[in-house]
Amino acid sequence: MMKKSLLFLLCMTIPMVASAAGGAYITEPANTNIKSKSSLQKGAKTYMNYCLACHTMAFQRYNRVAADLGLTEDEMMQSLVLTDAKFADKMTNNMTIEQGTKWFGAAPPDLSVNAKARGVDWLYNYLINFYVDPTRPSGWNNLTFPNASMPHVLWELQGIREAKFETHTDDAGDDHREFVGFETIEEGLMSEAEYKDLVRDLVNFMDYSAEPAQLIRMAYAPWVLLFMAFFTFIAYLLKVNYFKDIH
Amino acid sequence: MGKIASSRTKKSNGLMDWFNQRLPVTQFYKDHLSEYYAPKNFNFWYFFGSLALLVLVNQIVTGIWLTMHYKPDAAQAFGMVEYIMRDVPWGWLIRYLHTTGASAFFVVIYLHMFRGLLYGSYKKPRELIWVFGMVLYLALMAEAFMGYVLPWGNMSYWGAKVITQLFSAVPYFGDSLVEWVRGDYLISDATLNRFFALHVIALPLVIVILVVLHIAALHTVGSNNPEGVDIKKHKDENGVPLDGIPFHPYYTVKDIFGVAMFLFIFLFIVFVKPDMGGLFLEHDNFVPANPSSTPDHIKPVWYFTPFYAMLRAVPDMQMGALVMALAIVVLFFLPWLDRSPVKSIRYRRWPYKIMLSLFAITFVILGWLGMQSGSELQKMVTQILTGFYFFYFIWLFFYSRNETYHEVPERIEK
Repeated sequence: MMKKSLLFLLCMTIPMVASAAGGAYITEPANTNIKSKSSLQKGAKTYMNYCLACHTMAFQRYNRVAADLGLTEDEMMQSLVLTDAKFADKMTNNMTIEQGTKWFGAAPPDLSVNAKARGVDWLYNYLINFYVDPTRPSGWNNLTFPNASMPHVLWELQGIREAKFETHTDDAGDDHREFVGFETIEEGLMSEAEYKDLVRDLVNFMDYSAEPAQLIRMAYAPWVLLFMAFFTFIAYLLKVNYFKDIH
Repeated sequence: MGKIASSRTKKSNGLMDWFNQRLPVTQFYKDHLSEYYAPKNFNFWYFFGSLALLVLVNQIVTGIWLTMHYKPDAAQAFGMVEYIMRDVPWGWLIRYLHTTGASAFFVVIYLHMFRGLLYGSYKKPRELIWVFGMVLYLALMAEAFMGYVLPWGNMSYWGAKVITQLFSAVPYFGDSLVEWVRGDYLISDATLNRFFALHVIALPLVIVILVVLHIAALHTVGSNNPEGVDIKKHKDENGVPLDGIPFHPYYTVKDIFGVAMFLFIFLFIVFVKPDMGGLFLEHDNFVPANPSSTPDHIKPVWYFTPFYAMLRAVPDMQMGALVMALAIVVLFFLPWLDRSPVKSIRYRRWPYKIMLSLFAITFVILGWLGMQSGSELQKMVTQILTGFYFFYFIWLFFYSRNETYHEVPERIEK
């Protein structure tokens, strides 16, 4: 009976785990490693240099980043705090929502918990899939997030690329535009592999920033579960002992 | 002088007596624990009642601490949750215990209800326990829905909009009702404030009172068991059921084991995968509430999706709301729909076993379908399964009238 019950429980959880992925253009996993301090530090640096001017992280504090990434106050203030912010300040900028809306069509969103909303794979693919598109106001378009209002901020590093599309007509007579590949127009400062590593580290930092407590949480997890396993075992022995005279 | 002293010593039989003369504490302890005789053959399925109580306590305690740091203000609510997650010491743990607790509550309650179906625990003389349980389930759904609105994410906002809109299905004064529930023409700060009030005090009070009634009714008639036999038929000379064992220490000790197993899984989720890949904490709810940006796919949290699927299966919104409401209402009548004198599935024949299995599978698949964006095929399957959900009760009503079954033993043999 016990076995049947457990089997039933298992069956109940299968549809719960099988959550569906969206239809966005996502071809590569981000493969981030939240435990790598060096990756998080590099990601933080990229964020401060390229993203923060437009995208605040209004719930994240500089001193929290320093503590979690193993940086001293001096290191943090000298190399990563590029505004006139103080050490305990939140990561904000001076752009107002009105300015953002005027300049980009849509105000750049706060990215504190964006990695939770989008997921690391989406962010990673978004940042590697920009291409030139003169029909867009910003001059850029994106495969993962078509018609995004954000220009390709990292273009110097990745280079400038065009996207090639082919149009197919299916049996029903509908046209489908299919992406067939990129064509490099201007080389970037980085190789493709270097650029992808940079994006991976950046996304890793965003993932960490979406929930700084995950570092503590995961450090505690094995000990909590070890204790629970031990406690369950003791509780089981106690139960068996009490029930040995019940027939 | 000596006289007074002696009369004093006569009366002072300890602290417990002092209490018992004023409030029957010892009698209460005996009635509900040390001399409450429960059948000796409780199995795995009987853990979920005490686990539901554990989760309720968890929700109340973590809820009190969350309330200390949260402000129900539409301009601040989203940020308050992040403040709890980042700046409040151990705030992340308190919050994850609460969010995981919400989902765990429904896991435990669904299994607890299914136990009732397996062993006919809703049948005479336990109809009232089932009805109290169903009202509890309704209160829990309202509690969970309003709690979900409090983080003021985009799915909180749009979920609240869709669910409150359902009240417009009520004839004649539906639209006024929606406005009355929202406290505004739209989901707004006023809505958030009243949902906070209902979530932290009104509904928890209702739930606690109902739990007391649920258990009081249970202890009046005694617990059912996997065999479905009445242990009160055979008692010893002291009036103790021969197949009963005192709840304390036997089931308190056994339930500690159940609690330990449960907490292992529960804490695994809290510490390792608190969002359960978007099931317990949805991706779209990490975007602040935005009245001008509809999420691609509005859906409730997993525990509402079987009913949400039924709502969407009907093309007409008003009819869909009615079907959804009926799907819950019909459960209230289960004690009178199932007319078979046999309680446990162990002594019922294969048609019942197959139909109950199909019913359970239908409910799970409907839950999955309720999470999908809904292709034409999915919509068709949802309609068929919604039909089967209701057919099950109709079938049960007629089948159980003249049901043939295996002979039920007089006592619990093991």
